[in-house]
Amino acid sequence: MTTVAVKPATMAQALTRALRDAMAADPAVHVMGEDVGTLGGVFRVTDGLAKEFGEDRCTDTPLAEAGILGTAVGMAMYGLRPVVEMQFDAFAYPAFEQLISHVARMRNRTRGKMPLPITIRVPYGGGIGGVEHHSDSSEAYYMATPGLHVVTPATVADAYGLLRAAIASDDPVVVLEPKRLYWSKDSWNPEEPAPVEPIGRAVVRRSGRSATLITYGPSVPVCMEAAEAARAEGWDLEVVDLRSLVPFDDETVCASVRRTGRAVVVHESGSFGGPGGEIAARVSERCFHHLEAPVLRVAGFDVPYPPPMLERHHLPGVDRILDAVGRLQWEAES
Amino acid sequence: MTVMEQRGAYRPTPPPAWQPRMDPAPLLPDAEPYRVLGTEAAAKADPDLLRTLYAQLVRGRRYNAQATALTKQGRLAVYPSTTGQEACEVAAAMVLQERDWLFPSYRDTLAVVARGVDPVEALTLLRGDWHTGYDPYEHRVAPLCTPLATQLPHAVGLAHAARLKGDDVVALAMVGDGGTSEGDFHEALNFAAVWQAPVVFLVQNNGFAISVPLAKQTAAPSLAHKAVGYGMPGRLVDGNDAAAVHEVLSDAVRHARAGGGPTLVEAITYRVDAHTNADDATRYRGDAEVETWREHDPIELLERELTGRGLLDEAGKQAARDAAEAMAAELRAHMNQDPALDPMDLFTHVYAEPTPQLREQRDQLRAELAAEAETGPEGDTHR
Ligand SMILES: Cc1ncc(C[n+]2csc(CCOP(=O)(O)OP(=O)(O)O)c2C)c(N)n1
Repeated sequence: MTTVAVKPATMAQALTRALRDAMAADPAVHVMGEDVGTLGGVFRVTDGLAKEFGEDRCTDTPLAEAGILGTAVGMAMYGLRPVVEMQFDAFAYPAFEQLISHVARMRNRTRGKMPLPITIRVPYGGGIGGVEHHSDSSEAYYMATPGLHVVTPATVADAYGLLRAAIASDDPVVVLEPKRLYWSKDSWNPEEPAPVEPIGRAVVRRSGRSATLITYGPSVPVCMEAAEAARAEGWDLEVVDLRSLVPFDDETVCASVRRTGRAVVVHESGSFGGPGGEIAARVSERCFHHLEAPVLRVAGFDVPYPPPMLERHHLPGVDRILDAVGRLQWEAES
Repeated sequence: MTVMEQRGAYRPTPPPAWQPRMDPAPLLPDAEPYRVLGTEAAAKADPDLLRTLYAQLVRGRRYNAQATALTKQGRLAVYPSTTGQEACEVAAAMVLQERDWLFPSYRDTLAVVARGVDPVEALTLLRGDWHTGYDPYEHRVAPLCTPLATQLPHAVGLAHAARLKGDDVVALAMVGDGGTSEGDFHEALNFAAVWQAPVVFLVQNNGFAISVPLAKQTAAPSLAHKAVGYGMPGRLVDGNDAAAVHEVLSDAVRHARAGGGPTLVEAITYRVDAHTNADDATRYRGDAEVETWREHDPIELLERELTGRGLLDEAGKQAARDAAEAMAAELRAHMNQDPALDPMDLFTHVYAEPTPQLREQRDQLRAELAAEAETGPEGDTHR
């Protein structure tokens, strides 16, 4: 058995690798978007693809999100598997008409005759000091649209695995890429990327007995840090990384909450009408008799994403998470 | 100094090498809509084509009348009629090869039927049955598209993909005058021109977007003029002149097939009926206007040409009417049967594999249906 060097890689590199491998494996895979060609994308995720596969397969499009997604629909109708990049979270909104009216429901409205295997990559979330319209967490909009899958990686390995799975899926998948984790590094073996599993499984990142932190994407590392810090208080926290928001892995989440009896949902987007409300409701419905406390949410405030100088007050951080954990009011663990 | 003069002072001088990328003159539409019928050009038209167009127009008119009647009987939820616009509808379907694609708007059921789609299947969306009754791949017809202009970028993407694959396929996309104000119209035309995609855009300018007249929709000299700004040719055609529409669209399709890129065709026509059966057109237009257009009816125009040249006699007209009547009778017979929908089908085609959440909801509905079967719907106190 050969030993393979496991080297640190960034999430952005893993995403690039996923695109490259998918394009090499299937000539139907086409990457398109603003600046994805010569420049390699503003985050360099598509770096080198135009050179390797030609501009017909990694295409700089005109600057028009509805046009990008709308033409991708036609390309998918003709048998291609477009992977479109929306440059930033808030710039995907012009494409919502195409997304909601066509991408998400073409399979349904054609009674299964016309599935659309489109992958929509959206760099999302805050914490990078971006100016207005560069830090939105738009997952609730996508989650509320039947017909879409919604995934978001928190680790380098998952970035590769989830993007490959998204491209392989015969349904449209929105891949929310946490901007502030693009440069996070992990030991990762690019020669033997983790097997690509189907979309829809959450994973326990850290096991614990006192309470479950349910989280995803950019908030996963924050929750891991909070869990470490909580040890000083004698709290042993479990962290569940959802990875997939649609479909939702009730099984893994509820198994964890039934074990710990307490749960906090943590995400960056606002709490009112946000993903946390849905998750808390699901957990309450399914685990009511196991719960020792109400399911709490630690989320961004219900304000338009604030200017960079204030974003640290907005984003859920370790203290706010620990404070919520404290409010779960259990007997001190012995 | 006026504001404009002040602004002028700041206008950067173009660098010396600047010149328009393209001479706009050849792209500009003619000042007058192109016409064939009643002109010298008509003598050159193929008599067989004219007769086929005639039969199709008569059939199309009958289809519109039948579908409108079906709304009155409650068999169709709604029907946006194309009475008066049959020349555009029929020509759009006729100029395409089998391998080509048609991208219709919600109004273009007639074009879809003329393309060969089963008339009943073409109406499922409007009946309240499943959204798209036909298989889009069988006749290469995209689903009828309700949000305005959103089908246009699909046509561009499909045509582009076909060209990348080396396939000789043209897409023809239809849109109304109101739809040209939507962003998707702009984006589709721009993409098509940049990619030189083999697409033909057919705007049916039928005077109104529901109640809003063209003058409140655009300030452009014509809708065909918009083409120039994207770098594609714009053509203006009399949309009630079936021979002219057929010729202009054929030219555009040939141009696209030969690698010449997209064309924007504006057909000037008129919506004789109201927007749909649910609309009251007397609120926004007078009878006199409608009457004027009735005198410019596509069937009459063609009939005049054909009879004047001895290409159509009473027997020929009767044959066209009989064929149309047979189609209408068949449509009636089929539409009068109640469609059998399976409620469990709600969950069948949301995803390739239903999510766990959908499986749960499916089980819930199944249980509800089982309970209903036992007690009958009356047993449900919430009805
Ligand atoms: C995006 C969108 N906005 C509004 C509507 C509602 N609507 C349906 S038809 C129509 C008018 C369309 O006019 P036009 O494009 O000229 O086509 P026509 O009905 O005359 O064929 C409107 C506003 C719609 N279908 N889609």
